[in-house]
Amino acid sequence: MELLSGAEMLIRSLKDEGVETIFGYPGGAVLHIYDALFQQNDIAHVLVRHEQAASHMADAYSRVTGRPGVCLATSGPGATNTVTGIATAYMDSIPMIVITGQVQSDWIGDDAFQETDILGVTRPIVKHSFMIKRPEDIPETIKKAFYIATTGRPGPVLIDIPKDMTAPTESYEYQYPAKVKMRSYSVVSRGHSGQIKKAVELLIAAKRPVIYAGGGVVQGNGAELLTSVVRELGAPCTNTLMGLGGYPGTDKQNVGMLGMHGTYEANMVMHHADVVLAVGARFDDRVTNNVKKFCSDAKIIHIDIDPASISKNIAVDIPIVGAVDLVLKEMLEQIKKTELVADTEGQAAWWKQIDAWRAFHGLRFDLNDSELLKPQQVIESLYKATQGDAIICTDVGQHQMFAAQYYKFDKPRQWITSGGLGTMGFGLPAAMGCLIGKPDMQVVTVTGEGSIQMCIQELSTCLQYGLPVKIICLNNQALGMVKQWQDMVYQGRHSSSTYEESLPDFVKLAEAYGHVGMRVDKASDLDAAMEECFSLKDRLVFMDVSVDPQEHVYPMQIKEGSMRDMWLNKTERT
Amino acid sequence: MRRIISMLLENEPGALSRVVGLFSQRGYNIETLTVAPTTDATLSRLTLTTTGSDRVIEQITKQLNKLIEVVKLVDLTEGAHIERELLLVKLKATGAQRAEIKRTADIFRGQIVDVNSAIYTVQLTGASDKLDAFLESVGETSILEVVRTGVSGMARGDKVLAL
Repeated sequence: MELLSGAEMLIRSLKDEGVETIFGYPGGAVLHIYDALFQQNDIAHVLVRHEQAASHMADAYSRVTGRPGVCLATSGPGATNTVTGIATAYMDSIPMIVITGQVQSDWIGDDAFQETDILGVTRPIVKHSFMIKRPEDIPETIKKAFYIATTGRPGPVLIDIPKDMTAPTESYEYQYPAKVKMRSYSVVSRGHSGQIKKAVELLIAAKRPVIYAGGGVVQGNGAELLTSVVRELGAPCTNTLMGLGGYPGTDKQNVGMLGMHGTYEANMVMHHADVVLAVGARFDDRVTNNVKKFCSDAKIIHIDIDPASISKNIAVDIPIVGAVDLVLKEMLEQIKKTELVADTEGQAAWWKQIDAWRAFHGLRFDLNDSELLKPQQVIESLYKATQGDAIICTDVGQHQMFAAQYYKFDKPRQWITSGGLGTMGFGLPAAMGCLIGKPDMQVVTVTGEGSIQMCIQELSTCLQYGLPVKIICLNNQALGMVKQWQDMVYQGRHSSSTYEESLPDFVKLAEAYGHVGMRVDKASDLDAAMEECFSLKDRLVFMDVSVDPQEHVYPMQIKEGSMRDMWLNKTERT
Repeated sequence: MRRIISMLLENEPGALSRVVGLFSQRGYNIETLTVAPTTDATLSRLTLTTTGSDRVIEQITKQLNKLIEVVKLVDLTEGAHIERELLLVKLKATGAQRAEIKRTADIFRGQIVDVNSAIYTVQLTGASDKLDAFLESVGETSILEVVRTGVSGMARGDKVLAL
């Protein structure tokens, strides 16, 4: 058996786990680890400019590849800088491994230089965490961490490693465990067949069924099966923000995203449904509006891998705990061989109604109320230029909702957004993580002039590693979503949502970082600029697009109302 | 409704903080909490009492079960069970009061475990409401100091919370 130091065991364990890249930033407590990284060629390291970006990159790497991303930070401020990224991954159930250095073990509790109780700080935002107490525990702990992060409902796992655990002066026999055993952690996989049977009976007999699919379909690799189930049932399908791409966005059975900024037709379908099949979704408050008025005429079936998600916000009629792919597979088999006869007449009437809703709204927006470019137009132009094939990352705000509404995602893992936590600053590092995971894909960040400034230092990292992210900045000179709420709820008092002429020249800024900057402010230039942006294959392009600052995101559900209560534009409501 | 939730927990540093943290993080109440090692040195037994609607209690047990260190969990109040709590109370015992406190302690089957010319220290075990009743009987003015262990419990009959 080989003798390795703690730091070498750590790197080797990661390699044995299949890790190819680590996102990180060095510092005192992790210097032994960085020295071990330097002396090997199996794992690449990406040096970020801020640890928050390292955690977002690892998170997005997971989202896009399905394999857990790994980030590495030093103790104290290095570790605390990853907190926003950990919380982002936790809220969206993304498997991620966070390795933090800690002060040497005999100094813990002494308020030593760069000491923070990072296990304590992150306890509510990790699936689990470990502190290494003996160097020889490193391989087994890494094995457990990956197992916990990736199984069941996935989530981030943090490993805190005191500096003396990785010292080069001591070495240990290295063997990576083949299996992991934990008596207190078991993972449900197959759903209960009897429950699935009941669900199928309900769905076949339904007059007005709808499938409501969430992020669990994407993360749980259930998109193809879901598509088959939806087509077999002939029912409409709506996706949550996290679930976009889990069912083809251009398919005629897709009624678009639901919820606060969902399409008119999706929210109407939900409200009037008699059977709702929720798959890998968690009845988030941004979806349900007032829970007391949510789908009051519907029987609800809920498939989820996490028993705690079931009947948490909405009481359901048929719960099915299990992995989305396995449950859908069994459901599909049962649907195919059932002798029950669907209510074709009822369903035909249902589709007639849905088509009428579609025709009534269908994400219309008014091109003529202003001379300025509309943000929706920019997303439509982006969709054309990329043939709907790009990986789209976003930050958080109006631009995120416009991208979700107007880009049609046909494939899973094509849409990367911070849904649960709503983290501004996520977009640029996320796109970088995606490019490292999928170097042959076109990767775009749709952002705003507010969000992009929250992690803009990563433009430097992009130059160092040659990451040709395409940044489409919908510049409306304001924190658009905040301003929209202030317009709608606070009589237009724009408290701290504008910058008073202090925005940087983003074109020059991009150039200062060694990239290409472009500015677009006329509709007539848009498509050509977009073509040019994507023709520069190996360059990062920062496209600063001036859009109408008065534009709001619609539809918008009305607070305390039901799914069907929406503003459709500034003056019209349901 | 009041519930007694009892669990086997990995006897590891940090395990208790995850349980307690879960309650504050999700806005649940803990009324009492008691934890000690078991005959298996790798396991602790933790018992807590909490209150909440059926929906909240269901969430509490599901969320607790999700914690990696929680090995096994039972809601004792779902079935027949035994619950006990231990109380030590230091009471003013002078004049006519001295005899009265002794009598009250006897009625509740308490024991006087420490004594001096002015003070009785009484030990009492039982269900929480019995301890509450004793404290009410002796009256607030007599009480100098109170300490209670919090509730411990087990299911009646064959049911066993063990690996």
